[in-house]
Amino acid sequence: MAGNAWRSTVSRVMGAIKSPQPRTFSRGIQTVTLIPGDGIGPEISTAVMKIFEAAKAPIQWEERNVTAIKGPGGRWMIPPEAKESMDKNKIGLKGPLKTPIAAGHPSMNLLLRKTFDLYANVRPCVSIEGYKTPYTDVDLVTIRENTEGEYSGIEHLIVDGVVQSIKLITEEASRRIAEYAFEYARNNQRTSVTAVHKANIMRMSDGLFLRKCREVAENYKDVKFTEMYLDTVCLNMVQDPSQFDVLVMPNLYGDILSDLCAGLIGGLGVTPSGNIGAHGVAIFESVHGTAPDIAGKDLANPTALLLSAVMMLRHMGLHGHAKKIETACFDTIREKKRSTSRTSELC
Amino acid sequence: MATLTKVLKPILGSQLGNTAKVFGAAVNSQRGKPTYTGRTIPPPAKYGGRHTVALIPGDGIGPELLNHVRELFRFCCVPVDFEVVHVNSASTREDDINNAIMAIRRNGVALKGNIETNHTMPPNHKSRNNLLRTSLDLYANMMHCQSLPGVHTRHKNIDIIIIRENTEGEYSSLEHESVSGVVESLKIITRNNSLRIADYAFRLARDKGRRRVTAVHKANIMKLGDGLFLQCCKEVASGYPDIEFDSMIVDNTTMQLVSKPHQFDVMLMPNLYGNVVSNVCAGLVGGPGLVPGANYGRDYAVFETATRNTGKSIANRNIANPTAMLLASCLMLDHLKLHDYANMIRGAILTTMNETRLHTVDIGGQGTTSEVVQSIMRIIQSSGPLTTEI
Repeated sequence: MAGNAWRSTVSRVMGAIKSPQPRTFSRGIQTVTLIPGDGIGPEISTAVMKIFEAAKAPIQWEERNVTAIKGPGGRWMIPPEAKESMDKNKIGLKGPLKTPIAAGHPSMNLLLRKTFDLYANVRPCVSIEGYKTPYTDVDLVTIRENTEGEYSGIEHLIVDGVVQSIKLITEEASRRIAEYAFEYARNNQRTSVTAVHKANIMRMSDGLFLRKCREVAENYKDVKFTEMYLDTVCLNMVQDPSQFDVLVMPNLYGDILSDLCAGLIGGLGVTPSGNIGAHGVAIFESVHGTAPDIAGKDLANPTALLLSAVMMLRHMGLHGHAKKIETACFDTIREKKRSTSRTSELC
Repeated sequence: MATLTKVLKPILGSQLGNTAKVFGAAVNSQRGKPTYTGRTIPPPAKYGGRHTVALIPGDGIGPELLNHVRELFRFCCVPVDFEVVHVNSASTREDDINNAIMAIRRNGVALKGNIETNHTMPPNHKSRNNLLRTSLDLYANMMHCQSLPGVHTRHKNIDIIIIRENTEGEYSSLEHESVSGVVESLKIITRNNSLRIADYAFRLARDKGRRRVTAVHKANIMKLGDGLFLQCCKEVASGYPDIEFDSMIVDNTTMQLVSKPHQFDVMLMPNLYGNVVSNVCAGLVGGPGLVPGANYGRDYAVFETATRNTGKSIANRNIANPTAMLLASCLMLDHLKLHDYANMIRGAILTTMNETRLHTVDIGGQGTTSEVVQSIMRIIQSSGPLTTEI
């Protein structure tokens, strides 16, 4: 039934890959830190490992667990083995992590973000041929500033009944994200970068963000730079998503827009995501939940994690293997209309 | 003239007939009632059976579309006179916008186009539209997104009411640069405003027979700010047991809107999320040219297009879609209790929308603005009521 369907999905993908390919190791075998995660995490990670093995990708996996532990000084941190492994390998692949309610420590994703200074969240959204949605021609990338903005977490109760939240925009962070966006556009043959803002209302903050983007655009004359208001982007995105290419924006707009774009192509169950940090660290992850109700039942859809792993291969420069796995994945989805029964639930 | 009327009314009250209405208008303490129901208080500018409404043309396609509105009203003999107030968006002085605000205070009701904000100007030059909304305390922005039968869209039969807090939140325009290179922008959420907008939403839902109100927030991240908003919504919801209440995080909301929009009924949210969600919904039903919006305050009401676009690139080319502005003027007529005129014009607009060859460029056709307006006028003329010559 559905369990068999999932197993056969994996074997079909592997079968599609097993066609003879010349073995070219560009840089020898790369070690990548794998964080299986919770819920369906372990199963989909196993699936990805198997597929990579079949594709003969030059990747060696180092599994690590991340659970919050209290370090010296009372601050929450990730286990030192995990941190060491990431610092050494620089590249990581992460499954869904459970966010415990009232556990006393912040969410694991937040902890990882702070530990490795993951400043850019990149989500390429491409319409999947076999997965039908009302939007068929989506091909864009959202790059979201991940450290500051509206999610700075600084809030005060001024008087009883009046709350103020602070949105922080700094020159440094804006410049960094803009540079990453243009670099990404250049490395991935993208033609234009659009900065999304609301500078008519938030003159100083989004104005600063926009100024930095403009300055960085001066150094990348080969990539077209445009600016657009957030509401115009939303309006046009829903009517004609094909007009957008790379979008760069501060934290909150990025959160909303990246999820909007994920919705256009079919939801979080099929959307890859990557977090780029300082010092060359990059963690690729699946952004859906842990789905504890279907864990261990062979029902989970590994597409999101697989596509994130493909994104990881591209980041490492292994474009050949990336293309092979991606094509096999799309072919599989196209041939079988719904790979697993729970695809919609994961979305 | 309106102020003279106010003075004379109590004196001539008995002679003017319809004393209840006249007396009601003069007693200011009664004006605590929200204007969207307006059952007991008619707008104060009624004199000789004609209403005066402030008209702010704005920039871009605003002047063009509002001219069409005036033309249509003149044609249908609608008893509304417009007091036109121009606002120069390029000027740094606030005199223009203050004049506009004064005109709206005088008349109580306004119809406006969007005033452009040049965001390269320094921060002390505030957005004119925002200034207008906050000075008049137009706390509720109401937008009714309905799929029009003649317009082709990816999702059909959408019917969502979006209620957005219009004065505070991220639009408080309070920013400062504490250290060079670090800018802080304040988002303010207050208990009073949140309770007020939640109350408005639930009362509207009840009056229109709606089943469910969904609050949109990001309280998992902004725990104090959006947490307060959500808490106020829950408090108000407990007073309306006949209406279901649930909440949803804003990023999930946008995802659901593009995949399954039919699950939403009435949506309630703070300012910025309202901006995003209303634009997404406008896009879902066919674009910015089709949806009207209304801003209600305790004492004033201002009507405009829902997505507040200036449309600079299509200005004065006779290709703008007049539907949104015309439907906004129908909302205004409903507010002024001129329901017959409102329904007549609305019916004519919907009939015109069914004709694909009259669709303007934004909804995939090749018609011009004037063709659409002419068609509406022809339909009105043929259905019988007294009109002037076309």
